[in-house]
Amino acid sequence: MSEIPSRAKCVIIGAGIVGNCLAGHLSALGWHDMVLIDKGPLPNPGGSTGHASNFIFPTDHNKEMALLTLASQQQYIDHGMNNTCGGIEVARTPERLEEFNRRMTSATSWGIDSKLLSPTEVKELVPFINEKVVLGGFYTPSVSVVDSLQTGTLMRESAVKAGHLKVFANTEVLDLETDNGAIKAVVTNKGRIEAEYVVIACGVWSPRVAEMAGANIPLTPAVHQMADVGPIDILQQSNAEVAYPIIRDMDTFCYERQTAGSMEVGSYAHRPIFMHPNDIPSNEESALSPTELPLTQDDFDPQMEQAIELMEMLGDAEIKYAINGLLSLTPDAMPVLGETPEVKNLWSAAAVWIKEGPGIAQLVAEWMTYGYPHLCDPHSSDISRFYAHEKSEHHIYARCAEHFNKTYGIVHPREQWASQRDMRRSPFYAREEALGATFFDARGWERPQWFASNAKLMDKFKDACEPREHEWDARWWSPITNAEHLQMRESVGMVDLTAFNEFDFTGPGAMAFLQYMCVNNVDVAVGRSVYTPLLTPGGGFRGDLTIMRLGTEHFRVITGAFDGGRDKYWFTRHMPQDGSVTFTDMSSSLCTIGVWGPNAEKTMAKATMNLDAEGRLVPFDVSQAAFPYGSVREVLIDGVPAWMFRISYVGENGWEVYTKMEHGLRLWDTIAKAGEEFGIIPVGMGVYAVTGRIEKGYRLMGAELESEYNPVEAGLARPKVKSTDFIGKAAYLKAREEKPVATMCTLEILDHSSKSGIKRYPTGGNEPILTKTGERIVDAKGRVSRVTTAGAAPSLGTYLLLAYLPPEHAVEGNELRVMYMNELFPVKVARVGSQPLFDPTDARMKS
Amino acid sequence: MKILVCVKRVPAPGARINITDDGQAVDTAFLGFTVSPHEECAVEAAVQLTEKYGGEVTVLTLGPPEAEEQLRTAVSVGAIKGMLVPIEGGEWDPQRTAAAITQSIRQLESTEGAYDLVLFGNESADSCGYQVGVRVAYALGRPMVNGAKGLDVNEQVAVVRRESDAGQEIYRLPMPSCVGIKEGINLPRYPTMKGRLASKKAEVSRVVQEAPVGGLKMVTLQRPPERVSNTQILGTGPEAAPAVVDLLVELGVLR
Repeated sequence: MSEIPSRAKCVIIGAGIVGNCLAGHLSALGWHDMVLIDKGPLPNPGGSTGHASNFIFPTDHNKEMALLTLASQQQYIDHGMNNTCGGIEVARTPERLEEFNRRMTSATSWGIDSKLLSPTEVKELVPFINEKVVLGGFYTPSVSVVDSLQTGTLMRESAVKAGHLKVFANTEVLDLETDNGAIKAVVTNKGRIEAEYVVIACGVWSPRVAEMAGANIPLTPAVHQMADVGPIDILQQSNAEVAYPIIRDMDTFCYERQTAGSMEVGSYAHRPIFMHPNDIPSNEESALSPTELPLTQDDFDPQMEQAIELMEMLGDAEIKYAINGLLSLTPDAMPVLGETPEVKNLWSAAAVWIKEGPGIAQLVAEWMTYGYPHLCDPHSSDISRFYAHEKSEHHIYARCAEHFNKTYGIVHPREQWASQRDMRRSPFYAREEALGATFFDARGWERPQWFASNAKLMDKFKDACEPREHEWDARWWSPITNAEHLQMRESVGMVDLTAFNEFDFTGPGAMAFLQYMCVNNVDVAVGRSVYTPLLTPGGGFRGDLTIMRLGTEHFRVITGAFDGGRDKYWFTRHMPQDGSVTFTDMSSSLCTIGVWGPNAEKTMAKATMNLDAEGRLVPFDVSQAAFPYGSVREVLIDGVPAWMFRISYVGENGWEVYTKMEHGLRLWDTIAKAGEEFGIIPVGMGVYAVTGRIEKGYRLMGAELESEYNPVEAGLARPKVKSTDFIGKAAYLKAREEKPVATMCTLEILDHSSKSGIKRYPTGGNEPILTKTGERIVDAKGRVSRVTTAGAAPSLGTYLLLAYLPPEHAVEGNELRVMYMNELFPVKVARVGSQPLFDPTDARMKS
Repeated sequence: MKILVCVKRVPAPGARINITDDGQAVDTAFLGFTVSPHEECAVEAAVQLTEKYGGEVTVLTLGPPEAEEQLRTAVSVGAIKGMLVPIEGGEWDPQRTAAAITQSIRQLESTEGAYDLVLFGNESADSCGYQVGVRVAYALGRPMVNGAKGLDVNEQVAVVRRESDAGQEIYRLPMPSCVGIKEGINLPRYPTMKGRLASKKAEVSRVVQEAPVGGLKMVTLQRPPERVSNTQILGTGPEAAPAVVDLLVELGVLR
């Protein structure tokens, strides 16, 4: 065996499905001088890949995960390592049958052929099932079993054959050296390798390895129990590795998958069992492998009873192999991918399961090569999404304990976390609580979604506040939102926006730096603002935010709670290192109240003062003439120093009012008192983020705005392009020259009636937009038309959906269909592009 | 036919065994536990005999409270019930263990009648004392054969087969008698899922026994030096043949 090299361009740590495939993909993208190491032997070094069940059920409600899974399955097919056997999820409860309707909908979105089965039809495909306990099945013929070890081996060997990769098994990482915030070298028991890039693809060990460099990969090794039972006659007689469809017994969180003459029974039903990465045994200390631990039998017993109930033959089969298998769980159940925010050129490709492994390897390889992935937007897998408190072991254990048993659960798109609440509270929390707020979690922030104190308004706006008939549609929702919406539009409302992130950039280089980061021109007058996308090098959306210019060399970026971590990383990663720009995260220093509505100006006029030229306190002129839309002013509100920023995300005249956290409660009380005579109400995020926004057609990062789409398609391209360079400019200019193959549209539901006669309201979870004859709509770039946001438009008396449509369908008045819960509802294209349906000229905001 | 099988909870083999810092115990942090392999075969032999001739199998163990798991494992492959003699504070020496087991057997037999056979493993997988079975048989005044590689019963006589370098030894023991079973006598079955579930409901009694400390005292545990093995790849395909020949000559296999 050759000596370990002293230098390499890239060191990949971990030869599981991810590390192996990553080496293959990087090699194919032209990377060379790479080293792959693993502390275990090859081909199975002892990580989670080695004991994986290796089956793929492609349907997922999450777009990112669905696309990654489909891409992975295709790669397994390309390697000849995909054994198609079909798979059936079976229901034991009526709720699960409803969920299957939702799965049919998601399957349609991603173009996966699936169908619903009766118990008898399930029995026809799986003769040994007890159809009496089954209410129905969700059948996907393309479900497959893959050979992840062999696929990984082939990928790794392709890189070796190309002369791009050297592989060292039985080589343990002892340390990661950094220099000035960047990775410098990997120290192993076989020698030290200086490296420009290092990728941690160590699965359950990833946190331990990252820690060596001072980086944090928030995941925990967790137990997934499985047992191999057999031999079983009918399976042996099939004379095949997998002859029968894999069964997922969804309501018992259990699966049964044939492995030649036996059946593998796996469970996600047992209590969450976590392990610290440092407590995992070494290869030598493991009877089987480090991630195949002795079964804790008591935890598995209930599963066996349920398995026997479903397949009686399992009862007499011998338990030949049973383990507490380790896999990776993260606090939000998504992978952890991308460059670590702590250490430059140190990458994470962790918390990945077999079904999405090769696709994620491709995504990370593209990310490392092009600066951002092409396969799909990694928005919800991006390692920089986590805030500090979300990376603690405390948070990881609490959230993983909560979601582990939801692995096969029925999870509502608006579902709220029960654990780790009250982590971040705005200064207004006590008032909001007293007003009966229902709080939703926004990355730790408690944000009021609606207020019980506004329930009385439902009488006033009776027609707009009909309850939703179906429990699913009404879950995590209240008609109070519509009442809050209409009261705000009629008079004035105040919204807690403290969850915003505020990033200050100061110094002589601040302007030039932000020009390079942003599409739109940030060289505006002091006291003015700019709304701008941030682009990927490929010209897709990377961010979407607002920047105020507070001084010649002082800019303040405002971005949302769900993108703060990612945006902070993106800015700081590109910041010049010469000291010309200083970055300060003000997010924990500032709180924000949105004040909007026709009476917002009168409300704020009462409380807002400022000092005149002689230093006397005088009323501050808040009129549009003196204080136009898009401008920001420093004022005193009842003596509290504050910034007022005239802007709106809900389409009304008014401001975001910022002050320091410690002044917050006084500011809230002052505004509430000033607005009392106008009937001011607290307004929840149900209005701010959904109804108010959708009436104005405002796009949201992570929903409408993703890296797969560009500003032209989103309807956010400005008439001119600034002369200075910025990230993604070349691609943006090219997109402007081309006719867009899809355009963001607003659609209106024409009839909510379902077959059962109950009115249904899509939740906005990737429901497909179909032609009148029920055909999928896919644009010239292969992107499917699907609902990105759905919500009521109380002021328009309708229900709206946002979706990208290709030109032949993006025609106002065009009638289409939306699929929801496996039923088709008629919709009409109400708007093509970004002009709002409500107040199309923005007169309300600017007068 | 009534058979009692004495089993011991031991760390599952297969991995490197770590020793605690004080050298007094095996570090079990990463280890699963199992029934000592010779005793696994003893349970299987007992179950096979009762399947053939009728009767029931009881299992007995002396060990930490967690050893109940091993009794239930034995039930899951065919035993009927179990008795646990719980101890605390680490392993008992063979004399003390044998005394406690003897007392337990006498107690069991006083209410349930004599066991036709009391089976032991030839030796435990961890401490390998080779003593407990013999001491119990002596105390009970029953004949015993160790190292059994075959066991059958013929009209109140146990027929035991042993293997030796010279051939086979056949013993006939009047029952009640004791037999020490050796691994290889049979291939123990795995529990079935139904067996496992049934074992959870089986009766496992607990009887605390007092017994005097014996003469054997463990001083310290030490790991043997790691055996270093070097693997050298001589080549692949026909090109490797000359190197293989050279090596065989070097080793004196070929001349």
